[in-house]
Amino acid sequence: MGSLIQLAYIVASVLFILGLKMLSSARTARRGNLISSIGMLIAVVATLCNGGMQYQWIIAGMLVGGGIGAIAAVRVPMTSMPEFVALFNGFGGIASLLVGWAEYQRGLATEPSIGIGVSLPIFLAVLIGGVTFTGSMVAYGKLSGKLNGKPILFKGQQFANGALMLLAVALGVVYVVNPEATYAAFIGIVALSFVLGVLATIPIGGADMPVVISLLNSYSGLAACAAGFVIGNTVLIVSGSLVGASGIILTTIMCKAMNRSLTNVLFSGFGAAGGSVSAAAQGEAKPISAEDAFYVLEAAQSVVFVPGYGMAVAQAQHVVRELGELLEKNGAEVKYAIHPVAGRMPGHMNVLLAEANVPYEQLVEMDDINPHLPTVDVAMVIGANDVVNPAAREDENSPIYGMPIINVDEAKTVFILKRSMASGFAGVDNPLFFKENARMLFGDAKASVQELVNEFKSID
Amino acid sequence: MGEYMVLLVFAFVLSIFLGFELISKVPSQLHTPLMSGSNAISGITIVGALIAAGEVGGGWLSVLLGTLAVAFATINVVGGYLVTDRMLGMFKHKEGR
Repeated sequence: MGSLIQLAYIVASVLFILGLKMLSSARTARRGNLISSIGMLIAVVATLCNGGMQYQWIIAGMLVGGGIGAIAAVRVPMTSMPEFVALFNGFGGIASLLVGWAEYQRGLATEPSIGIGVSLPIFLAVLIGGVTFTGSMVAYGKLSGKLNGKPILFKGQQFANGALMLLAVALGVVYVVNPEATYAAFIGIVALSFVLGVLATIPIGGADMPVVISLLNSYSGLAACAAGFVIGNTVLIVSGSLVGASGIILTTIMCKAMNRSLTNVLFSGFGAAGGSVSAAAQGEAKPISAEDAFYVLEAAQSVVFVPGYGMAVAQAQHVVRELGELLEKNGAEVKYAIHPVAGRMPGHMNVLLAEANVPYEQLVEMDDINPHLPTVDVAMVIGANDVVNPAAREDENSPIYGMPIINVDEAKTVFILKRSMASGFAGVDNPLFFKENARMLFGDAKASVQELVNEFKSID
Repeated sequence: MGEYMVLLVFAFVLSIFLGFELISKVPSQLHTPLMSGSNAISGITIVGALIAAGEVGGGWLSVLLGTLAVAFATINVVGGYLVTDRMLGMFKHKEGR
């Protein structure tokens, strides 16, 4: 039976790998996810086939967890995906912590001694799992607006974090060497991991959340990996490290898209820390009415939408797609340009536009759209700001200098849909608004686009 | 134990490399489903949770911790896969409109 279970774990691992491989194309991705879930089912069933288990608590836990998970998954709106993913990440982290703790507890009760091969991974599972849990909860709070998204910084913060981290490692050494007699140290590690998770996440601003949830994603995988070492189980190690690698890659991509190093994202409290003051953008922003904007759009041969987090907040994705279709019917070529860090998580805009039935062929990545922008008649910026800010190219003193942007200012006309003249999440002035070819369409993004749609419909 | 441990580390290192290879091929448009999907995979810790909750002889605290772990990991697994499926169901290409 034992080796049969091990074989089932191999099958499960293969299915996870196949599932991830099929995620490389939108056509096969959904089937890939299904295959991956079958792998999970096989792993669970195989585990339940272990002899001598009592099932009542397992069933209770699965019913409660399954119910909560299913209801949450069906109800969550697509605009809330970032906080949803953050929350679930945290659950994965706490589960790994609990597995480590339970195994420690069981070892104390049933084994004559606990070897370093078990106590070391228990320490890691608890530390990484705990940081993942509270870090994800803070990220969830910030993303859902339950906590203020502004970075929280205090004097000596990095010193405090470093000292606590050292303390955690010191307790870890004490615990790992002699786990039988150091329960207090273990509890200290649990508590410190929670504190560290909070402290590591509060200095990070809302706009940097794509990086943070990618990183926490990686941690949740590594925590599962550590739990795998605790119980000596290959399927946990293989799939945990796949997730760990995935999170690291996403983190790197996000950092690159902001032209910042990971240390800078994690420790600088971007937007709050001063730095040199950049020259305030000069000039006068030119407003435009929806009616005038409509005349320009009606004559346009090519239109590029550049969506940002503001589109998600205004829930404007459906009406944007409607406008896109009307423009196409009117003979214009319509594209949607997606910046890698638009929104609050990697790929956030793609999901929203997919929800609104925009075919994915119309979505274009930053590097592919930029060479074409000089020939584009109208670029419409909807709720994006920093990702189209030409200061990133032109102003060496700007905090976002060097960040790759979508060069909407090179289009013949730029419409910027915006509530007011307030600056973006990074708190940086945007000289785009004062460019000769830029027009501001003030108001709620959804209402403004709706007006344009109505104008188009009235000429039919 | 020592030798088995080395084998586990071996599996770990290879899987990290495999992960890098696989994930770097995922296009950016699918990054959100990738995150929620890989999140569901990280719920694999459910295997450890099941063992902890079902083992006899570890005492009540061990079972309690294990049961909590089962609940959290199941939320992660069920919720993660379902929401990923829901999301990917929305990705349509032009002909399918």
